[in-house]
Amino acid sequence: MEPAECLRVENMMVRYGHSLVLDDISFKVKRGERFIIMGGSGSGKSTLLRHMIGLESPESGKVIIENTDMTVTDEETFMNLLKKIGVLFQNSALIGSMTVGENVALPIVEHLRLERHLTPVIVRMKLAMVGLECYEQYLPSEISGGMKKRAGLARALALNPEILFLDEPSAGLDPVTAGEIDELILHINRTLGTTIVIVTHDLDSIFAVGQRVILLDKSTKNIIAHGDPAEIRDRHENPEVRKFFKRKSVSGNTR
Amino acid sequence: MRTDIADKCRFEIRTPEPAKLQIFLRGDLVLDTAPICLKKIRENLRKKLPGLEKTVIDISGIQHLDDYGAMVLSEIRNLTGLSPERTEITGANEDHRKILGMTDFDRNSLCPLSPPPAPNLVIVAGETAINAYNGFLYFISFIGAITVSIARTIRHPRSIRGGDIVTHMKTTGVDALPVVGLISLMLGLIIAFISSMQLKLYGANIYVANLVALAMVSELGPIMTGIIVAGRSGSAYAAEISTMKISEEIDALVVMGFDPNQFLVLPRLIAALVVVPMLAMFSNIFAIAGGAIIGVSMLNLPLDSYISQSMEAITLFELLWGLSKAGVFAVLIAITGCLRGFQAKGGASSVGNAATSAVVTSIFLIVFFDSMFAVIRIYWGG
Repeated sequence: MEPAECLRVENMMVRYGHSLVLDDISFKVKRGERFIIMGGSGSGKSTLLRHMIGLESPESGKVIIENTDMTVTDEETFMNLLKKIGVLFQNSALIGSMTVGENVALPIVEHLRLERHLTPVIVRMKLAMVGLECYEQYLPSEISGGMKKRAGLARALALNPEILFLDEPSAGLDPVTAGEIDELILHINRTLGTTIVIVTHDLDSIFAVGQRVILLDKSTKNIIAHGDPAEIRDRHENPEVRKFFKRKSVSGNTR
Repeated sequence: MRTDIADKCRFEIRTPEPAKLQIFLRGDLVLDTAPICLKKIRENLRKKLPGLEKTVIDISGIQHLDDYGAMVLSEIRNLTGLSPERTEITGANEDHRKILGMTDFDRNSLCPLSPPPAPNLVIVAGETAINAYNGFLYFISFIGAITVSIARTIRHPRSIRGGDIVTHMKTTGVDALPVVGLISLMLGLIIAFISSMQLKLYGANIYVANLVALAMVSELGPIMTGIIVAGRSGSAYAAEISTMKISEEIDALVVMGFDPNQFLVLPRLIAALVVVPMLAMFSNIFAIAGGAIIGVSMLNLPLDSYISQSMEAITLFELLWGLSKAGVFAVLIAITGCLRGFQAKGGASSVGNAATSAVVTSIFLIVFFDSMFAVIRIYWGG
């Protein structure tokens, strides 16, 4: 049985001022899939992410999450939709004045009517899931970059979202830590069945995590390749696309 | 909706032996169902607890389990009051075990949550004293570093960035002129109005001009200007420098061979030193204009005699005294703002703290130094 679709972007067009950033982008993400949006710098992949999570609305087109169009819906439906998605931002975006535990507890306290004494229990479980046991009391400024990503991931997972969006999860991390984050993403996808959407240009992550990938192109402002990452690398008809996947993956090993 | 959720999670509690408790869970034990399910279990469990020695929780009937479900299981375990070894989870399938493993279910007590240590008065007092002492040392070394930077700039005048000075003169001075002017005008109006009510009784209307001119030029002009500039620019200096500090921009300057004091503090210091006395002068003029409005419109004084009376009231010494106070305030504002900026560490909240503390400290210092000036004048015999 084909898994149901979970997220659909339809004919999205984005313009900043006079410059067109995304031109008529359409794709679907299936439930439980690990989907990767890649592209070089300036190809609009972060812009695409910002529109998919509802931070900005496109000039035209739709973002459909769980059969609801995010771009036109009313305030209440939009808020409910936000509970179904979790986002890990590039710099983790932990609130600096709160401890790691308070950061994770933030959405739980706000959106769930949980008895007060249960919040620390679930926060510890969330932190255990990302391998940060016993770090509740630390401030974000006291932990390393990789740990911040983990804490950000725990916060993104706080309400067990259907879809987890990750913006450059391996950016700014050493190869070993980046590999551990990839492992963690795979683990979350397998145990919780969360749909994963990653925006990245790190080829190691793409081959380690990705099941399906789209490649955005700066000149056409559209998707120029679509499919299984290894397949695109080996057999795509456009040599430029193959080069993009290959050349960087060779030099990418040393990072 | 509520009953739907309750139906998704069902449970049965049995006591085959008095000391043994069996809980059978069925359905979904996930985020939506966990809170209400736990509430019901708790209600049912209460009367069965005394004399309990073993609990078996059977989760073979559970279709979906997530970490919120694991939380419920952990909470049931806590509710029975038994040690974790005496609670057995049976019937877990592969998926359940993954979730329980992932959430560290079995090791949950390994890392006890330490409550934050109770504040000890001696420690708090000691820490505060040490921090105050260190802050004082930092202040001294900061003043020293600025002095060194000034000396270096005097030897190599080209090393300072002239463009920055002009920019800061604009933001600190020119941009502040409207607000300084408006506030001073209104202050002049108020002083003239209040004093006229008293002086009218003695028919000494013309002395309103003396009062406004003298009060503004020697005291209120510099102080008002200082407070406005501290609020506008002192906070801006602190916010800008502290943001640069926490985003490592200052480290970058150091590595590129710049002296951060020369690069950041001196342009602000020089700009403030130039424009604050000017602003104080404008403040005086606007306040006298405000006084004149009251004098002419309410006291029927001729404008020219009001102005000449004002001019007579102020001596050159008085004017220079006031303006040099404004210069001192400018130095205080610039140094405090930059110092607080450099002291910031941590995240976004430290920027806010730096700005707040810069304004509070500058205003305090302005008032403090103003009273020092008053004391000096008494001994000077002025």
